[in-house]
Amino acid sequence: MTPFETFAGLWNYWAVIVLMMIGLYIMISRGNLVKKIMGMNIFQVSVIMLYVSMGKVRGGTAPILIEGAQDVAYSNPLPHVLMLTAIVVGVATTAVGLALAVRIKEAYGTVEEDEIVNLDREGS
Amino acid sequence: MSEHLPALQVVIPLLAAPICLLLRHQATVRALAIGVTFVGFAISLLLIAQVQESGQVIYEFGGWPRPLGIEYAVDLTNAFVLVIVSMIAAVILPIGPGHSQVPEGREYLFYAAFLLCLSGLLGVAITGDVFNIFVFLEITSLATYILIALGRDRRALMAAYTYLIVGTIGATFLLIGIGLLYQMTGTLNIADLALRLEDVKETRTVIVAFGFVMVGISIKLAVLPLHQWLPNAYSFAPPVVSAFLAATATKVAYYLMLRFSFTIFGAAFVFSTLRLNLILTPLSLAAMFIGSIAAIYQTDFKRLLAYSSIAQIGYMTLGLSLNSELGVTAGIVHLFNHALMKGGLFLVAGCIVARLGSSAIEDMRGLGKRMPLTAAALVVAGLGMIGVPGTVGFVSKWVLVSAAIEREYFDVTILILLSSLLALVYVWRLIEVMYMSEAPANAITGEAPAKFLIPAWILVSASVYFGFSTDQTLGIASAAARQLLGGGG
Repeated sequence: MTPFETFAGLWNYWAVIVLMMIGLYIMISRGNLVKKIMGMNIFQVSVIMLYVSMGKVRGGTAPILIEGAQDVAYSNPLPHVLMLTAIVVGVATTAVGLALAVRIKEAYGTVEEDEIVNLDREGS
Repeated sequence: MSEHLPALQVVIPLLAAPICLLLRHQATVRALAIGVTFVGFAISLLLIAQVQESGQVIYEFGGWPRPLGIEYAVDLTNAFVLVIVSMIAAVILPIGPGHSQVPEGREYLFYAAFLLCLSGLLGVAITGDVFNIFVFLEITSLATYILIALGRDRRALMAAYTYLIVGTIGATFLLIGIGLLYQMTGTLNIADLALRLEDVKETRTVIVAFGFVMVGISIKLAVLPLHQWLPNAYSFAPPVVSAFLAATATKVAYYLMLRFSFTIFGAAFVFSTLRLNLILTPLSLAAMFIGSIAAIYQTDFKRLLAYSSIAQIGYMTLGLSLNSELGVTAGIVHLFNHALMKGGLFLVAGCIVARLGSSAIEDMRGLGKRMPLTAAALVVAGLGMIGVPGTVGFVSKWVLVSAAIEREYFDVTILILLSSLLALVYVWRLIEVMYMSEAPANAITGEAPAKFLIPAWILVSASVYFGFSTDQTLGIASAAARQLLGGGG
């Protein structure tokens, strides 16, 4: 395999890495609390892609027993199942995060991190 | 019934939380929650007795054997962690939401969140399945964010939000690591993973997985450079919550670190191939000093305690990084001892906040006369933090120092002793403020409410009791260390 084929053959992992970095970068660089949560979601999606792509078998079918058929390749269902749980966890985290952002907006009147830091500094 | 104990340990608080939401009646919910924590404590004691008899208790869910089914595997290490967590919960929960932002009539929400947090912590400690660890960790974290946000100050909201972002990064890193491990071995069961990793240990995937797992856990544990979330979270959370979290959450994260380094990856791989100790030892030493020095300069009692927690976590990770039976013993025994001392100290902070309405050190002038019992509890627990003989702090420092000497790391030994002097400085500052300065005019006098004072004194007296009677804690800790280092599940 040429280096390019190796590179292209692992495209799903490149996608995972790119998404992961985008997510982390948004979480670090954005001061808006809601945007930070969006970054967190992108970050979590990258992990979901990592798991799902690792369970995929090329040419594999859904893991349901086919009567009489032989030599059928099945995709591994376990990573998908795990990711169902992780999606639920992600949704719950997002919900709590957004709820906190709403409360912060109520308490400070803004969701911009630097303004909040300033308000805290003046307050104390 | 006794064979179902491992499942009941987690299931009872997990089911009690939604029941609290449905019942809503304050007195009933309170009684239920307190009952559940006491039952949990009893179960953990029965479990540790079972484990001491048989070495390990395996509980297979639905009767599916590993690696097909999910199992709960209890050995001495996690049985001990279960006891710590459920004991602290049973002591602290009766206080109720305490000095928090919970509106009248909404206390049931606090109890539900607390029970969820408890069941998550117990679940992380008890489960024998790595993906389960992630799920329980997230249950704990979600409940923790809510509990922290209950703090009086609006800065508590921001602290909870920061912890949410950082904590999610940590948990997701752990998830990535677990995914990579699954990719190499095709199993999620801890005992099975340990076996199957043997053949693939040198691959890059496993090394990367190790990195992700360790960084993820370190964020949750607040190992030095990853500790930024901790001081705000602990100082703005309601005192009850900070006492509970300081005494349990980091302990469970430390347990995970032990489990991953010794059971799953194996000490040989972690310390000989990857040389984790080259990173972890300096970081632990740095945490001991930076944490203590930062504590000295704080003007707020709760914030001082939070920074001192970072230093104490340094002692635990130092024990781990020594990679010897004695070192791990020191780490495990310090889990218990630190839970008693720091839990007690945060409850003392609760006493002070309940009476004075603030935890600024400035406001604590003359506290020795104004609130003698509270001040005395602070002094006793503070002596423990320094490591004065006759307190639990001495026991853990003694074991840690002997472990360092046994390894012939004399420089490390000296640094441990020096950092104790720093603890002396910040505890002395408190003593000076409380006993040697005049109370401000029109100061509030009078003892803290009994609901805070009694649990604080329970933990403080336990920290003295276990400072003298060390057989049980040290015995269990060293047996657990032997079991961990003995290899395999």
